[in-house]
Amino acid sequence: MLYSDKVMDHFSNPRNVGELENYNACGEVGNLTCGDIMRMYMLIEDDIIKDVSFKTFGCGAAVATSSMATELVKGKSVKEALELTNKAVMEALDGLPPIKVHCSMLAEEAVKATLADYYRRQGIDPTPIVGNIESANVVTHDVPKENE
Amino acid sequence: MDEKRFVYADNAATTRVDPRVLDKMLPYFETGYGNASQLYKLGRDAAMALEEARKNVAAVIGAQPKEIYFTSGGTESDNFTLRGMAHSKQARGRRHIITTTIEHPAILRTCEALEKEGFSVTYLNVDNYGMVHVDELEKAITPDTFLVSVMAANNEVGTINPLKEIGALCREKGVYFHTDAVQAFGTVDIDVNEMNIDLLSLSGHKINGPKGVGAIYIRAGVLPETQITGGGQEKKRRSGTENIPGIVGLGEAARLKLLEHDEEVARLRHLSRKLIDGVLQIPATRLTGHPTQRLPGTCSFTIDALEGESLVLLLDNYGICGSTGSACSTGSLEPSHVLTGIGLPAEVAHGSLRLSLGRFNDEADVDYILACLPKVVDRLRSMSPVWKG
Repeated sequence: MLYSDKVMDHFSNPRNVGELENYNACGEVGNLTCGDIMRMYMLIEDDIIKDVSFKTFGCGAAVATSSMATELVKGKSVKEALELTNKAVMEALDGLPPIKVHCSMLAEEAVKATLADYYRRQGIDPTPIVGNIESANVVTHDVPKENE
Repeated sequence: MDEKRFVYADNAATTRVDPRVLDKMLPYFETGYGNASQLYKLGRDAAMALEEARKNVAAVIGAQPKEIYFTSGGTESDNFTLRGMAHSKQARGRRHIITTTIEHPAILRTCEALEKEGFSVTYLNVDNYGMVHVDELEKAITPDTFLVSVMAANNEVGTINPLKEIGALCREKGVYFHTDAVQAFGTVDIDVNEMNIDLLSLSGHKINGPKGVGAIYIRAGVLPETQITGGGQEKKRRSGTENIPGIVGLGEAARLKLLEHDEEVARLRHLSRKLIDGVLQIPATRLTGHPTQRLPGTCSFTIDALEGESLVLLLDNYGICGSTGSACSTGSLEPSHVLTGIGLPAEVAHGSLRLSLGRFNDEADVDYILACLPKVVDRLRSMSPVWKG
């Protein structure tokens, strides 16, 4: 199965890996049974995503799409980030093998799940803004709600 | 340990052709290229090379040369066995086959195809080590059973099945016994007569021979229906102009396996022991397969909180070739049927890593793997939201 050079680069040298020291939004999608879990952290100020990072359990495509997704939303407004699609992530990576397309879906959902968390923390119902995120329903352990 | 090495640790997938095997094959491309069916010397010489290879393959499993038929590989031999016996007169109208859940896809997909034709198949469960239990097999045999197919050793976890007991049971029940010995041939001691084996599949590219060639052992008197019809080669059992270079390679690979068997098994056990002990030092890792009844070179692990495909890709960056049974890598989004068959939950199966050592691996290879693997594991775990390090 062939991964593009861009995918291999983002896999071998992922950008924005780890847990942000200061964050005010955190979302997680996927599940252990499926074999793909993406967690994203964001620091959002004045509606701009000042900083973003991720942790991913998953294959080459999962890591690469997480990495690329964080690059695509960094510095963007929340509104712009909400418009990020899996297609955009795939295109930025010069494409994915058909069997790996679902990983890019997960990346789009991870961004949305994190933004949903941002809204929830402000007391705003995220569903009308972010929509229903398919895979954000099974969290297998505690997602941190506050910075320690 | 700063210098990058190339370490091929995926011998269960395929093997490098031994230079001695290649040397034996080459003349048959350049000068000995005759068709073995022809009357002139060039043809007769090719036929003689064929028969020498046949003798060498037979010797490994205690068969007679006339019981060995050359094919294009293990997959063809498996297909020949299942389809051939299902449609043979010797089935005598019986329609039931017994196999196991952790066989190679060449057996499983062919059984499924036969089920579509109206045959019934029982897929026996294996235990957590991947071993078949003979009492389970006995319970599954009915008057409608004509064939039992159980692999000699499993390609993913390395567990060796109790062939002698299975063979004895099948003989007692009047049922044909086939074993897919693709992983085991030349490594596990197999004697077709002591073990009452009626059919056996083997492959060249797993024993440091070339790809595209293998053989089937068919006990004298057993008559599977011919699948590949044509010019009548291999006593009309398997037509097609013989792949002399490939078959010569297979024969030489088999001869070397037999010749060097004892030292090689001991050497691989020693290397594997070192590898296993080293890998198990990494926290939250497990060895799969039977603790003692296992192939000497196959070491399959599960490593918690990371995913197999990314593990294999990162190891590749270090020059190490290994494989995984994780869902992401199988192409079907399901973890390997073998890991599921031995009772591993999906979460654990995702973190599988198989390292299989062979003839061209040495101690330095094992040392290098043990130097690199912990770094790769640490890196993936630090990136993983499910590792509570």
